[in-house]
Amino acid sequence: MGHSTTNYNLDQKFDFTAGLKKTIFTILIIGAVILTAGILTAALGGGHGDAHAEGGHAFHWYQRLYANLWINNVYFTGIAVIGVFFFAIQYAAQAGWSASLLRIFLSFGYWLPFAGIIMIVSYAILGHDIFHWTHKELFDVNSPEYDKIIDGKGAFFFWPLEKGTFPAFFIIRMVVFFAAWVLFFNKLRKLSYQEDLNPGNQTWFQIRKWSALFLVFFAVSSSVSAWDWVMSIDTHWFSTMFGWYVFASWFVAGLSAMTLVTVFLKERGYLEMVNENHIHDLGKFVFAFSIFWTYIWFSQFLLIYYANIPEESVYFIERLQSDVYSPFIFVNLALNFFLPFLVLMTRDAKRHGIFLKLICSLIIIGHWFDFFLMVQPGTLGHNGGFGLMEIGMLLVFGSLVTYVVLNNLSKRNLIAKNHPMLEESYHHHI
Amino acid sequence: MERDKNFILGVYDDEDVLLDAISKVRGSGVKIHEVYSPFPVHGIDDVLGYKRSKLPIAAFLFGMLGTTLALTMQFYMMKFDWPMIIGGKDHAAVPDFIPVTFELTVLLAAFGMVGVFMIASNLKPWGQPRIFDIRITDDKHVMAIDLAVNSSMAENQLTDVLKNSGASEVNFKSFE
Repeated sequence: MGHSTTNYNLDQKFDFTAGLKKTIFTILIIGAVILTAGILTAALGGGHGDAHAEGGHAFHWYQRLYANLWINNVYFTGIAVIGVFFFAIQYAAQAGWSASLLRIFLSFGYWLPFAGIIMIVSYAILGHDIFHWTHKELFDVNSPEYDKIIDGKGAFFFWPLEKGTFPAFFIIRMVVFFAAWVLFFNKLRKLSYQEDLNPGNQTWFQIRKWSALFLVFFAVSSSVSAWDWVMSIDTHWFSTMFGWYVFASWFVAGLSAMTLVTVFLKERGYLEMVNENHIHDLGKFVFAFSIFWTYIWFSQFLLIYYANIPEESVYFIERLQSDVYSPFIFVNLALNFFLPFLVLMTRDAKRHGIFLKLICSLIIIGHWFDFFLMVQPGTLGHNGGFGLMEIGMLLVFGSLVTYVVLNNLSKRNLIAKNHPMLEESYHHHI
Repeated sequence: MERDKNFILGVYDDEDVLLDAISKVRGSGVKIHEVYSPFPVHGIDDVLGYKRSKLPIAAFLFGMLGTTLALTMQFYMMKFDWPMIIGGKDHAAVPDFIPVTFELTVLLAAFGMVGVFMIASNLKPWGQPRIFDIRITDDKHVMAIDLAVNSSMAENQLTDVLKNSGASEVNFKSFE
C-alpha cells in the first residue's frame, strides 16, 4: 500500500543504443547475404528448364523471390496493423491493465506506411507472376485458356474496367486499406502524444472514439485484405473462414511480437511499472489466441476434409500430398499449437520472461510458416520450398521491421504518463 | 485440548482492516485456522501465506482422462464394435474424432475440477460444513483461530492480539 505511479520516472525514454542498432544491422546484413546466396543458387542452378508449371508458363527462379517478398510483406503488414488493432481494443474495452504498455502496441504501426509502399510497388512488379487471375486469356471466351470460374469472379478484381485489363477494384482496395490504416494510426498516435501534454480524461474519450471507428473498419478490411492478398492466389478455391484464419494468424504473431518487445524492454531495466502480472496477461493472450488460431485452422480443415468436395479439398491435397509442403503442415501445427499449448499452460511459464521469449520467437517463426503454406503452393507449386532465399528474406524483413519499431519507440515517452488508468495498471494484480 | 473443536473468532467490519490484521496476527506468532469473508478479498492469499491451489493439476488430469476416454470410445465404436464407412473415410478417421474428444476433455476437466473443489472445501453432499458465524454471508469477516493449535498462548492473550489488530468483537465457538 502507499505505492503509486508517482514513485516512478514516467518521462522515461527507451534508449535505442548504437550497440543495439549494430546488432539489428548485422542481422540485416546476414539476411541479405543469405538472400543473395539463395538468389545466386536459384539463378545459376538452372531453374529455367521446368516448362510444365502453373498456367503453362515456364518457371523462373525470380518467381520464388517474388513469392518470398509477398509472404513477408503480407505477414509483417499484419503484425504492424495488429499493433494498432490491439491498442484500439484496449480503449474500446476501456482496459486499465494495459495502460503502461500502450506505447509498445502503438509503435508497431510505424511499419504500416513502409508496408503499404512495398505492397503496392511489389504488386506492380510481381502481380503477374503471383496472381493467376491477372492472366488476360482466362477471361477470353474464345481462348483455349478460358476459365469460366475465374471469369465469374473477375469483377471482384477488375470492376469497373474490363476483365483481364487493369485490376482497378483490387488496387483501389489495397490503396484504401493502407491509407485508412495509416490515417487511423496517425490520428491515434497524435492523440496519444497529445495526452502527454494535457492531463485529464478528454483525450482518452477522443482516442476511444477513434479506436471504435478503426475497429469497425478493421473488421471489414482485415477480412477483405485476406481474400485479396492471400486467398486470391488459389483463384478457384475459396473458404468462408479465410478472413478469420489470416486475422488469427496475424493476431497471434502480433501479440508474440508485442510480448517479446515488452520482455526485452523489461530485461533492459525499462518499464519499472510493468511487473509479472502484466507479462502474465500478455502470456495469456498469446496462449489463448494460439488456441483460437488452431480452432480456426482445424475448423477450416475438418469441414473440407469431411465434405470432401473436389473443388474445396484441392487446397489441402496440394499441400498434404506434396513432398515439398507436407512436412511444413506438421511444423506449422507443432510450432503454433502444441508448443504454446503445452509450454504456456502453467501459470509460471506465463509469468517468466525466459519461457515467453522462447515461445514467442517460435510462434513468430511458426506463423511465418503458416503464410509460407498459404502462398507458396499456389504460386510456385513443386518449385517452392524452404531454403536460403526464405531464411534470408525473413531476416531482412524482420530486422527492418524491428529497426523501424524500436527506432520510433525511442522517440517518445515509453509510458503514456497522463493516461487516466495508469494507477490501475500499476496496481494490476492477478 | 483436541484440534478442530474450540476456536476463538475475531470479527472484522472492513476488508482493509482485515488484511492489515492478518499480517499483525501472524506477525505475533499466532497460527490462523481460516478466514471467512462474504466476498473475495484481493490479496488475502498472499497475506495468509497460502500456497498456490493444486486445483489446476486436478483439472489437467481430469482433462487428460477425458481425452483418453473420448479417443478410446470412438476407436472402439468406429473401428471394432460396429465399423461403418462414412463419407468414404477410413473406419478410424481421426480428424472426425477431434470435436468429440475436445468436448469430452472440457466436460471432464470442468466436472472433475468442480468435484475436487467441492470435496476439498468440505462442500461435498455428505459433508457437514461448520458455520463459525452466520454473519460471514452478510457483512462481517471472521478470522478463526484454533485454540488447540495455539496452546502456547493463553486465551486472554489471543483476545488481546485480535482486539489490537482491529477486531470489532472477539467470540468463542466450540464444535461437537
